[in-house]
Amino acid sequence: MYDVIVIGAGVSGSAVARELSRYELKTLVLEKASDVCEGTSKANSGIVHGGYDAEPGTLKAKLNVLGNKKMAALSKELDFSYKQNGSMVLCFDEKERFKLEELKARGEANGVEGLRIIDRQELLEKEPNVGDEAVAALYVPTGGIVCPFGLTIALAENAAVNGVEFRFGEKVTGIQKKESGYLIQTESQEFETKVVVNAAGVYADQIHNMVSENKMEITPRKGEYLLYDKKVGNMASNTLFQLPTILGKGILVTPTVHGNLLTGPTATDLPDKDGKETSQDGLAQVTEKAALSVKGIPGRQVITSFAGLRAHLTKFAGHNVDDFVIEEVEDAPGFIDVAGMESPGLSCAPATGEYVADMIKKILHPEEKKDFISTRKGIMSMALATEEERHAKIKENPAYSNVICRCETVTEGEILEAIHRPLGATTTDGIKRRTRAGMGRCQSGFCNPRVVEILARELSIDASQVKKSGGDSWYILPEE
Amino acid sequence: MRTDLIIIGGGPAGMAAALAAYEKGITDLLILERDKELGGILNQCIHNGFGLHTFKEELTGPEYAVRYMDMVAEKKIPSLLNTMVVDVQGGSPCVVTAMNREQGMFKIEAKAVVLAMGCRERSRGAMNIPGTRPAGIYSAGTAQRYVNIEGRMPGREVVVLGSGDIGLIMARRMTLQGAKVKLVAEIMPYSGGLKRNIVQCLDDFGIPLKLSHTVTQVHGKERVEGVTISKVDEKLRPIPGTEEFVACDTLLLSCGLIPENELSQGAGAQMDDMTAGPVVNARLETTVKGIFACGNVLHVHDLVDNVSKEAEKAGEFAADYILNGEEDWGEVVRPKIPEKTKCTLPEDRDAGSQLICIGCPVGCLITVKKNEDGSLDITGNTCKKGEAYARSEMTAPVRTVTSIIRVEGGSGKVVPVKTAGEIPKGKIGQCMDEIEAAVVSAPVKAGDVLIENVAGTSVSVIATGNLL
Repeated sequence: MYDVIVIGAGVSGSAVARELSRYELKTLVLEKASDVCEGTSKANSGIVHGGYDAEPGTLKAKLNVLGNKKMAALSKELDFSYKQNGSMVLCFDEKERFKLEELKARGEANGVEGLRIIDRQELLEKEPNVGDEAVAALYVPTGGIVCPFGLTIALAENAAVNGVEFRFGEKVTGIQKKESGYLIQTESQEFETKVVVNAAGVYADQIHNMVSENKMEITPRKGEYLLYDKKVGNMASNTLFQLPTILGKGILVTPTVHGNLLTGPTATDLPDKDGKETSQDGLAQVTEKAALSVKGIPGRQVITSFAGLRAHLTKFAGHNVDDFVIEEVEDAPGFIDVAGMESPGLSCAPATGEYVADMIKKILHPEEKKDFISTRKGIMSMALATEEERHAKIKENPAYSNVICRCETVTEGEILEAIHRPLGATTTDGIKRRTRAGMGRCQSGFCNPRVVEILARELSIDASQVKKSGGDSWYILPEE
Repeated sequence: MRTDLIIIGGGPAGMAAALAAYEKGITDLLILERDKELGGILNQCIHNGFGLHTFKEELTGPEYAVRYMDMVAEKKIPSLLNTMVVDVQGGSPCVVTAMNREQGMFKIEAKAVVLAMGCRERSRGAMNIPGTRPAGIYSAGTAQRYVNIEGRMPGREVVVLGSGDIGLIMARRMTLQGAKVKLVAEIMPYSGGLKRNIVQCLDDFGIPLKLSHTVTQVHGKERVEGVTISKVDEKLRPIPGTEEFVACDTLLLSCGLIPENELSQGAGAQMDDMTAGPVVNARLETTVKGIFACGNVLHVHDLVDNVSKEAEKAGEFAADYILNGEEDWGEVVRPKIPEKTKCTLPEDRDAGSQLICIGCPVGCLITVKKNEDGSLDITGNTCKKGEAYARSEMTAPVRTVTSIIRVEGGSGKVVPVKTAGEIPKGKIGQCMDEIEAAVVSAPVKAGDVLIENVAGTSVSVIATGNLL
């Protein structure tokens, strides 16, 4: 019998798991994919929002501001990439300037610090490439950018080091209420637990509906993105939003923590919870709208495009809800929803974890773990390391001098670390998200066969068993 | 460490530059190569068609490489293999930072540096092909490495996007290895490959070439399950209503090459937007003191023979610089970029009497008329080879087969091979069966006979590369 089972190893589930790992609790995370960070958490803007956007009093507002404040310290504690680069909300029409004032007032009500409306001249000083039509902006100095993979993996790894169990390839197919808890069925086995945390992203409605009569409906809202070469990563230094529309925060242009430029997302509501394909129209729309914010982004510097799904809550117990649902389910005690985690879900994660852990503490009254390990060291990037650090690593293991991904200068040593860490990578996508091998401008054209070979060798499997991201995502055929 | 000249890259450009510098008297020089052997991309280009200018004969990629490797070995020009250069700085001296397992990270000072890093392929992302992101999308070169170096197949049912020579050659290669190549789609109204390659890589195997078509959607969540191809208009925009779903598990992309200039840019070399390579003067000197450039890193070449020629010059200029000191930089000279191949086969060609010669890249349209007495009137050819080709093609067509054979106990898994001469076209299948069944023991040297009398043709299958 587990104390807590968390369903979903995205950023919210991992954050909850990490907070729970501070306590003497037997905790299990069930994930249907082959790795952590395989859903919404891997395909989003990577933004740490200021928190000016959500309605005051909502969970979105509260957890965003709190999550934002915690992010810097957490990034040091768990060693992931984060930068407070500042955000701006651009206004393209003098007549809409009042909307900036409204946003500012809302932000201040939410407790966001340092908000300021800047005119075009200051805007140009801060962002020389800003579009000609931008007349003013709300400047959000607390806005930041984060590596969403880095954050999620760091949380999960730290949880695992502190005793949380993770099981992958376990898709939950049914949940039954028992006298003192729940019986969770997956495709292959059953687990008993006192408390359930439903952090299943776009599938959180299905999981919720297994135990509650107050039905929930999540409509995936697809967002398409374009990622640009590092050569143009400095075309924006702040994260540049446009005044929000009904479908969300609009198209943004932002540098990433790794120095690329990212534009997107679109917003299309989908019936398909797995519909992550990009479209001609969507990508064209991203290009067109991004050009309003930053002019002259060269199209031929695109290195990849992708789409992610926001877990947009459309209905809950017959009502429209424009907020996260993070609460114990009314007709299912001990079952806690972490649902509707669309934007700013990533920014909130550090606060969400604590918020949920507090709820569970009140149910289970656990003791604090005495030997909790609060820090975690990530994989040191040879590309970013100093000369001394590089020499030291190579001395430790010559594999750190064998460059496997030439675009991002990722060495065999880093890839070996990614495989052999807690919750180590078992797929090429897993390697990519942990080391950046394959994330550069050639998009793994060069390193793919080499990474496949290393994975096969280290996992003692044939290369035909090496997958991109589990399931049927093989690269080469078995030998005849 | 200190040396006179460092050459970054041990492919055709690097080896030719090193040899030319050596001939000029620079004997203290070093080639840095990231792979485990010299030869560069030639090692995986196991097909023939190389060396007609340089060696006046048709060689496979590995054979072309081996000729240069032998010359490099003969002159005892040193090289460091499995060595990745991570930084280059110009000046006097130039400083190159590199990494390998034996020496860790180290710096070498040199009087001059020749950049010969080659190029890379355009990726799916760079082309913005919409759809899902499953496994099974490879650049043609990545697939070529899997098939020809690793001896592994990256898929069963294949669509190729891009009809440059690499795309055409991989369509044939995958077919010979047992895959079904559904079609080759080309967005332009003409092929970017040579006529001879359309004939011997596509027509020979009945693979359709869809001109003015492109892939507009990738399907499949985990592995590729198919692609949508659409016809494009004269502005290369997909025409709505022309979509066609093609089931496949693999999409190969052969959509252009990009000079690989991370190091050049790191050194601060001024770049030329047009060539995507560094700006150079008449002496192939970049704008950074002491750094020269040649081969595909300078601009993408059509033929390896031209790479070798340009690289020889770069080697000589670098040697002059080392021996005689700096000259006035002079003015920018943009290298002559070969005109893009724009090739279509005549549509109204009568397959019974007209054929495209595959003897050389020209691809003459030859008309053969059969006289009543059985003799043939052959017209349209521009050389004697054409006449001979037409005669044999009309009576008993023949081809050279290139492939790989498995090797046991060697430093690699497979060795590239070819039929020592042409074999009847009808025997290609049987020949491939025998090649696939064969296993040889290391070491293997280029020229070694690995199968005698293949498919009863009295022609041998010989190794075209070395394997220790």
